[in-house]
Amino acid sequence: MNVRIGLFGGIYNNYLALEAAISQASALGVDALYCLGDIGAFGPHPDRSFPLLTDNKIECIQGNYDDSIGNELADCQCGYTDVRDNHFAQLSYDYTLANTSEDNKAFLKSLPSEIELEIEEQRLLLCHGSPRKTNEFLWESATPLHFLDMFLKRRNLDLIAGTHTGIKWHAKTNHGQFVNVGVLGRPENDGNSHVWFTTLDISRTGIQHAFHPVSYDHQRLGNEMQREGIPDEFIETIHTGWWTTCLEILPQKERAAGCY
Amino acid sequence: MSTANVEISLSHLDELWFQVSGTRCNLTCQHCFISCSPDNDNFGFLTRKKIKRSLRESAEIGVKGYYFTGGEPFLHPEMTDILIDTLEFGPATVLTNATVFKEQWLNRLSAAHHLSRYSLEFRVSLDGFSSKTNDPIRGKGTFDRAIRGVGRLVSQGFLPIITATQTWPDSETQAVLERFTEVLKQHGYAHPRIKLLPTLKIGAEKNRTNGYSIHQRVTSNMLEEFDTSQLVCEHSRIVTDRGVHVCPILIESPESVLGENLKAASDQSFNISHGACFTCYQYGSICSNVAASNTPGSS
Repeated sequence: MNVRIGLFGGIYNNYLALEAAISQASALGVDALYCLGDIGAFGPHPDRSFPLLTDNKIECIQGNYDDSIGNELADCQCGYTDVRDNHFAQLSYDYTLANTSEDNKAFLKSLPSEIELEIEEQRLLLCHGSPRKTNEFLWESATPLHFLDMFLKRRNLDLIAGTHTGIKWHAKTNHGQFVNVGVLGRPENDGNSHVWFTTLDISRTGIQHAFHPVSYDHQRLGNEMQREGIPDEFIETIHTGWWTTCLEILPQKERAAGCY
Repeated sequence: MSTANVEISLSHLDELWFQVSGTRCNLTCQHCFISCSPDNDNFGFLTRKKIKRSLRESAEIGVKGYYFTGGEPFLHPEMTDILIDTLEFGPATVLTNATVFKEQWLNRLSAAHHLSRYSLEFRVSLDGFSSKTNDPIRGKGTFDRAIRGVGRLVSQGFLPIITATQTWPDSETQAVLERFTEVLKQHGYAHPRIKLLPTLKIGAEKNRTNGYSIHQRVTSNMLEEFDTSQLVCEHSRIVTDRGVHVCPILIESPESVLGENLKAASDQSFNISHGACFTCYQYGSICSNVAASNTPGSS
């Protein structure tokens, strides 16, 4: 028997991409959908994502942003270190905090920090950043395979899925697999406006991953962001697919792939 | 004030450092925290064989990244090969003054980087945005030589992290950063990455300033509700030709040697009783590529 699950990374208030991804995943015949955290940030109208998640029975885990908004902390705990990156992160955080309802804050606060699944005798861990830290960045070019094996071995897992960095990737290691499922919230710094989610086909013989591009009405999102007073730098990313902020955290290879 | 037994244990060995060229450097910078120079042989070069052995050991314990420092690492005759070896294990960072590169080395490193799944980071020390501001600290002619080195790295597709030790007042930081960016752009580096470092008042820097006062120490009270993962000794160790030490800053302190191999040195905690530990506490993650949020210029 084959079980197909869909995994969504950071939504970042991009309810239009979330809507499109749900519809695309349904067409692919997924048996279950999961969101790996960071429902808020970056985009407009934070409360619009929540009904889509609950109506479609999407199980969520708590990202750093969700922990911050749910507990009304002072910042997003994104893990940026540069003054400009933190400036923009704070603008986005203040907007999201001010525009998230009390009910949705309570929902975010209640989320688990990880989900362990056993499907067709395969053991999976869904987390946000890494199995050890919610806001740890695991970049493809800065994460040794032996480092991933440490988690796979320690917890007897076949696959770990995470998000947080905003760029999808997959690796087979000696002891299993790691997949960064990408994010729905913003393009992945490749000059394209679409965003990404991941499906896993799970059977007793193994786990196969597939990445799926999601096109959505990004013009509309950009217009809504403008009307909400969200910084032009964020809107530019939605339109061009190039990151304009949060760049200083990128390792050499990921930084060189962008245009800033 | 209580400084006794402020012990920090390693949570996990994330960053493994190598004092690859010992204390040998072609420059004699006035603020160097281990007084490296052309004739300082207190610490010797590490052999490629020894580094390979440590890399294999590190893979078994799940190290996340590798850093190479000196002295000037590119004085080591096998530095290019060592970096290429390392890129088979994980991401590598080399801290260099960028004044001794040979085109052939950079060509090989660029090719190896292109083939590797991992990033190779160059951290280039430059302590001012002009000869006038840099050379009094790093030596005559060093600005021109280093900026040429930066240009060569950029032309090979690398995006070096320019690290500047802050020897100016905080109030001037923004203006200094702007000038740095402008000058680097003029030299072909379109979107420069810049990291500011605090001075460590030990080694040569102790002579330039007055070192640490007895009150500049980390106390147990200061660690209440403090995120100790900000301290280098919480997630790093460094290999030298004398053994495995607690961190890259304190290698000249005899008590910094924690063991003969990574496993032994990882099991040992460290008493953060040094003045430099106070700077590490104040600024956080000063040795990592990505600065903590409270390093100079980041808050």
